[in-house]
Amino acid sequence: MKPFILAIFALVVISFGANQILLNSGFSSADAGTSHENVRLSN
Amino acid sequence: MIRFLSLIAIIVTFAASASAQEAAGDSRASTGGAQTLADILERQEGLKVDETFRSEATGNPDAAAPITNQLGTLGGASDPELWRAYRFGSADISTQSRGPAATTVIQDGGMWWLEFREDTLLTIAVYLLGGTFLALALFYLVRGKIRIGGQKTGRTITRFKAFERFGHWLLASSFIVLGITGLFSLFGRKVLIPLFGHETFSFIAVGSKWVHNNIAWAFIIALIIIFFAWVVHNLPDRTDLRWLAKAGGLFGGEHPPAKKFNAGQKLIFWAVIVLGGSISVSGLSLLFPFEYNLFGHTFSTLNSWGVPGWFGASDLPFPLQPQEEMQYAQLWHALVSLILTAIIFAHIYLGSVGMEGAFDAMGKGEVEEQWAREHHSLWVQDVLGPDDNEKEKV
Repeated sequence: MKPFILAIFALVVISFGANQILLNSGFSSADAGTSHENVRLSN
Repeated sequence: MIRFLSLIAIIVTFAASASAQEAAGDSRASTGGAQTLADILERQEGLKVDETFRSEATGNPDAAAPITNQLGTLGGASDPELWRAYRFGSADISTQSRGPAATTVIQDGGMWWLEFREDTLLTIAVYLLGGTFLALALFYLVRGKIRIGGQKTGRTITRFKAFERFGHWLLASSFIVLGITGLFSLFGRKVLIPLFGHETFSFIAVGSKWVHNNIAWAFIIALIIIFFAWVVHNLPDRTDLRWLAKAGGLFGGEHPPAKKFNAGQKLIFWAVIVLGGSISVSGLSLLFPFEYNLFGHTFSTLNSWGVPGWFGASDLPFPLQPQEEMQYAQLWHALVSLILTAIIFAHIYLGSVGMEGAFDAMGKGEVEEQWAREHHSLWVQDVLGPDDNEKEKV
């Protein structure tokens, strides 16, 4: 039973951890997909 | 009167001339060179329409009148020509959007995907998952629970260590949550909105998306753990052929000998690794849109090998627009997930209600020795030693 409970705990930790890492690493759609200035797409 | 007759003669002459031109083969004369009703109908039927008649008709900015002239500021392209340039990706666009998708202002290749996603895919899901569930229920009614045939010994053998069970449960729990949230996304519009309304579904959908996107990492990590933990025991060998020939004793009769994993479990293992791996890769492609384009390159390679021709099909579409990459990734992700879910249904059945003593392997890590002798006789010999088979486990 311990491995099962540990797995559920790990599931929660990994999920929130991954979310925080991605949020703080500039991977959001806004960060990756926009520019503050008009740009030519060939730039 | 003479003027009137002359007018009639002129009209008839020009009408005959126009008719002759159409008969000569200019199928777009009736629309002034634009697309025809036949084009639209062919496109709606999913047939390939030759777009060259309009993809190149995007005006000529170099021929624009100087801005000092009348109408000079209109440039060298009319509005229809400008929209054609947008549609066929030749317009000079300035935008704040970054990334490959920004180059596509009009994407008109996705209607087949939308129809497949909202209709065919749901039908496949219902038949595949519902059919598997019913087949297992029927099997249970006919075959019943597979009992331990011999006398129980009261002794146990360690089947899986704690780390193995941790990996299994991390994979299982993440897969179940991913499956449920994935089905929420798949059936949301058709089932959940009519059942719960838009506002409630909005809450469910936002939560499902967050959970699905973030628990995916636990699934990927668990997949890696179980691969390295069990790959050695899941390499195929000759005992698998004998096990398969007797269908594992599933329908009665003696249990064929098996090592730590029998051939059925090996098939489950490799299905999880291969299909789970494919789901993970396509999931990463969806998680980071337009970053990992999997299908265009694959289609191009298959076309160069002539693979579609082997099946009498025409070449696969290439190149793909960025949105089309995502559409193919979504369909692939969903279809492979549904197939793996159906397989896992059978795995869950046999690991729980379908077989006496099987759940202990993952529940406690210890299995009844008699169960082990019946289902994994070669493994028991390996664990206890050939001479110690009848001895008690210390």
